[in-house]
Amino acid sequence: MSVITLTINEQLVSAQSEQTLLEAIREQGVEIPTLCHLEGLSDKGGCRLCMVEAVGTNRLMPACVTKVQEGMNVRTESERLVEYRKMIIELLLSERNHICAVCVMNGHCELQSLAANLGVNHVRYEYVVPDLPMDASHERFVQDQNRCILCVRCVRVCHEVEGAHNWDVMGRGVNSMVIADLYQPWGSSRSCTGCGKCVQVCPTGALSKKGSTVAEMVKHHDFLGWIMNGREKNIWEYR
Amino acid sequence: MTNKIRLGTAWLGGCSGCHMSFLDLDERLLELAAAADLVYSPIADLKEFPEGVDVALVEGAVANIDHVELAKKIRERSKIVVSFGDCAVTGNVTILRNRFGVDDLLTMVYREGPGKAPLGHEADGIIPYLLPKVLPLHQVISVDAYVPGCPPSADRIWAAVTALLRGEKVSLEEELITFG
Repeated sequence: MSVITLTINEQLVSAQSEQTLLEAIREQGVEIPTLCHLEGLSDKGGCRLCMVEAVGTNRLMPACVTKVQEGMNVRTESERLVEYRKMIIELLLSERNHICAVCVMNGHCELQSLAANLGVNHVRYEYVVPDLPMDASHERFVQDQNRCILCVRCVRVCHEVEGAHNWDVMGRGVNSMVIADLYQPWGSSRSCTGCGKCVQVCPTGALSKKGSTVAEMVKHHDFLGWIMNGREKNIWEYR
Repeated sequence: MTNKIRLGTAWLGGCSGCHMSFLDLDERLLELAAAADLVYSPIADLKEFPEGVDVALVEGAVANIDHVELAKKIRERSKIVVSFGDCAVTGNVTILRNRFGVDDLLTMVYREGPGKAPLGHEADGIIPYLLPKVLPLHQVISVDAYVPGCPPSADRIWAAVTALLRGEKVSLEEELITFG
C-alpha cells in the first residue's frame, strides 16, 4: 500500500494508491452527489452523478470507478458539472413515473432530495410516462417499476451480500427492467430468501415494504457496514 | 391609482389543493391584501383574466383546450407567471393519464359507468375537449418561476410571494423546492 499525492479542488492531498477518486474526495470532506454508489457494494459508474473534471483531459471521469493516480488534478465543481448533474436528474425524473406526491418514499427518497439539492425545480425534458407494472406478489415486499432508476443497488446487494442473485436486468436502454429470477412474479421466485436487503438499499420507492402508503417508507443502510466489517475485518459490532 | 401589485391566481388541471394551501397563509393574507389586489382567482368571482397583471400563480397541469387558452391569455397579460405546485411544474398526478389514449380513458371513466359520457376529444361547446397528452405548464407557455410541492406549503408560497412583492427573483432554498 503506497501513498500518492493528488490535487482536489486546488488542494494538495494524499491518498492510498488503491483508493477510488470518490473515496479520496469524500475523505477530504468534499461533497459530491452519488446515486448508484453505496458504501459496502461494488461500484458500477452507472448514474454518472459523481463525474469530475481532470486537468489535461476534456473527458469527464466517474469518481466512483476511477482509481487515484499520482499527480492527478481534479475539480469536483464547475458550471459544466453542475449542468450535467442537473440534466442527469431531470432525465431520470422524465424517464419513468416519479410522482413524488403519491410515492411511498415521499420525503425520504434519495432522488427527490438530490433533485432539490442540485436546484432542479422543474424538468426541461418531455415526460415519457411509460406504462409500467407493479409486482405485489411477494409476501412482504412490493416492486414498483415506475419508480426504478436502474441504479441496480438491489441486484448488487442480492448477489454480493446476500448471495442469492434473485435480481437481474432484462432488456436494453430505456426498456431495461429489474426482474426477479428469469422474469417471473417476485412472489414465485425461488432464489429470493426474503431478506429485504434490496428494499433497504433502494434509493427510491421502487422497492418497498408491503402495506406502506405515501411517505411511510423509511430505509436504513447501516446493516451493510456491519456485515462488511464483520466479513472483511472480523469486527462484529452492531450499533 | 394605487401602487399595489396586481395578483392573479388560476386553476387548471389540479385538485385545488394549492389554492387551499394558499389560504393557509392565514394572517399573512392580511399582509398580502395590503400589498396586492387579487384581480383574478377561483376564490374570487371574476370571469375574465384581466389585462395588466403583475404576478400570476398558476395551479394545475394543462389537460384540456380551455387550459391552453387560459394559459396563453395569462402569459400575454401577466408580467410574471409562476408554476404553482407540482401539477403545474411536473404534471404530477394529472399526467398519469398520459399512459392511456383519450378515448380509452373516457371509456374507463365514463362509458363503462352509468350516465352520459362527455365527448372528450370533440368540441361539443360545453365541455372542453381533452388534449391527447397532459403537459406541465412550462411546455405550453414560458414560465418565470417554479414553486414545487404537492401542495407547496404555506411557507413555501410565502417565500415565493414575498420575493415577488419585493420585485425580486424567486430563488427558493433547497428545502423549499422538493417535489411532492
